[in-house]
Amino acid sequence: MERKFMKGNEAIAEAAVRAGCKFFAGYPITPQNEIPEYLSWRLREVGGDFVQAESEVSAINMVYGAASSGKPSMTSSSSTGISLKAEGMSYLAQAKLPAVIINVGRCGPGLGGILPAQSDYLFATKASGHGGFKMIVFAPSTVQEAVDLTYKSFDYAYRDRNPVMVLADGVVGIMMESVELPDFKEIKAPDWALSGTENEELKEIIPMCWSGEDLERDNIEMAKMFRRWEENDVQYEEYMLEDAEIVIASYGTSARICKTVIKEARKQGIKIGMLRPITLNPFPYKAFEKLDKSIVRKILIVEMTIPSQMIEDVELGVKGQIEIDTFGRSGGVVISPEEILNKVLEVKEGLK
Amino acid sequence: MKTLYTKPLSLRENGHKYCPGCMHGIANRIIGEAVDELAIRREMVGVIAVGCANLSQLYFNFDLIGAAHGRAAAVATGYKRMAKDRVVMCYQGDGDLASIGIAETLHAANRGENITVIFINNCIYGMTGGQMAPTTLIGQKSTTTIYGRNASTEGYPIRMAELISQLEAPAYVARFALNSPRNINDAKKGIKKAFTNQINNKGYSFVELLSNCPTNWKMNPKDTLDHVSNVTSKYFPLGVYRDKTEVEE
Repeated sequence: MERKFMKGNEAIAEAAVRAGCKFFAGYPITPQNEIPEYLSWRLREVGGDFVQAESEVSAINMVYGAASSGKPSMTSSSSTGISLKAEGMSYLAQAKLPAVIINVGRCGPGLGGILPAQSDYLFATKASGHGGFKMIVFAPSTVQEAVDLTYKSFDYAYRDRNPVMVLADGVVGIMMESVELPDFKEIKAPDWALSGTENEELKEIIPMCWSGEDLERDNIEMAKMFRRWEENDVQYEEYMLEDAEIVIASYGTSARICKTVIKEARKQGIKIGMLRPITLNPFPYKAFEKLDKSIVRKILIVEMTIPSQMIEDVELGVKGQIEIDTFGRSGGVVISPEEILNKVLEVKEGLK
Repeated sequence: MKTLYTKPLSLRENGHKYCPGCMHGIANRIIGEAVDELAIRREMVGVIAVGCANLSQLYFNFDLIGAAHGRAAAVATGYKRMAKDRVVMCYQGDGDLASIGIAETLHAANRGENITVIFINNCIYGMTGGQMAPTTLIGQKSTTTIYGRNASTEGYPIRMAELISQLEAPAYVARFALNSPRNINDAKKGIKKAFTNQINNKGYSFVELLSNCPTNWKMNPKDTLDHVSNVTSKYFPLGVYRDKTEVEE
């Protein structure tokens, strides 16, 4: 373990290198430019390669090609650029290729702006492209967590032969923090990879099926994988939940700000805690389902997007058993602890 | 007994599904022969496009990667960067390479990626049923230009070999036709040269092959041979547009 003071984007890039990443292709877009800038020199130091692609579309397809060799591959972008990668992410999923996609989110829709936001929740978790595939989606709330989750993402991508997304936001990307960097590891090219000429058997990476029955079988296998994720891979943090009558549901940068709010509210005698999804997909439905309805009187969803996007999953988790309220800022406005606290006080008032 | 003529090992045993008279079969065949003669079947990786070219994944008998529409050169870039010991060929049609994939095509060429791009130009979208391609000739009828391509509304057919030969990086850029034994022999030599360039790390090679589409041209296969000579190759002249390797030698 090595401790360093690093900007989020650079820390994500270094974590990928340490996870064994050997290829990166990307296209400049704010606020994630430090990732390609860092990897443009860093990957060549470790025997990998970097291509500044002519477009986001091209970048994700270069990753598709590199992943076919079995070498760990990654791309990064921000919201509007991730939209352009939708095609490629779908092809990666159907071709059963591992890859890591970093989304350092900014505000939208459209060109939106370069400021941080959490407006890509639904896009990341429900349908990041055509055809019904899904990805495991990690949502780091600190630079350290961005490092740890990026590092782990490669393992999940190779385990499942499926792309993995790290959904950060502009705050995590450009914030500087002290981080512990994980050890270097190598990921060996798996048997399916077009990794060399020594094999007698020919290999193919094909993102299609000639028969409907074959494709349906692939769809069924994918559905089984989604169920396995729900059983085994859900990650979340419970924060001061024991006696909480108000439970904040929040992730990423918003969740971090909410911790400050919870400490302050506790000082004022409010029984409040937080359930923070770390995997946005698979979502911690069961954690919401098992909240004690005799204690929890309100769930407050806090996100940097308007309207709330996570509400669709929280509702599925609580099944109408607990009232839900939402609070958010949007358009790149970073939510402040004061305004969240005011909302908490308003919610508390409403409980009487 | 001496074998004079046999199916290349680099083609699979199954019969092909191209339309009767289609020159994709000839293109597959001479690529297969070139790969066999250079003894690179184990090194070979085909990056296969969408459209009629997609069918070739059923026939090429070497490692294959299926690419999204137009993205073959980007996929080949990523793969070749990570697998420098492989010989990487993109196999793409005109709708794929010159329309939806023109950015990927030009930038891979401009970076001088050490890959070989085989471009089947038959002036029409085949698989989707005969729509106008970027290479459809002026006046040529298609299902989206039913009165013939009109330059004032659809622009002019794009000459890819000429366009790519304007870039600094490419090592070899040439156009051949598949409509006569002589032209087919020339095309095969060009393909072998393009593969040899890659093996010798000379960089990017682009081989355009003028092809036909009896089905969507609504022409019998025999007449398409004359059409390629008398019409297609008048707008898309055959020849070598760039050969850096010749200068070096």
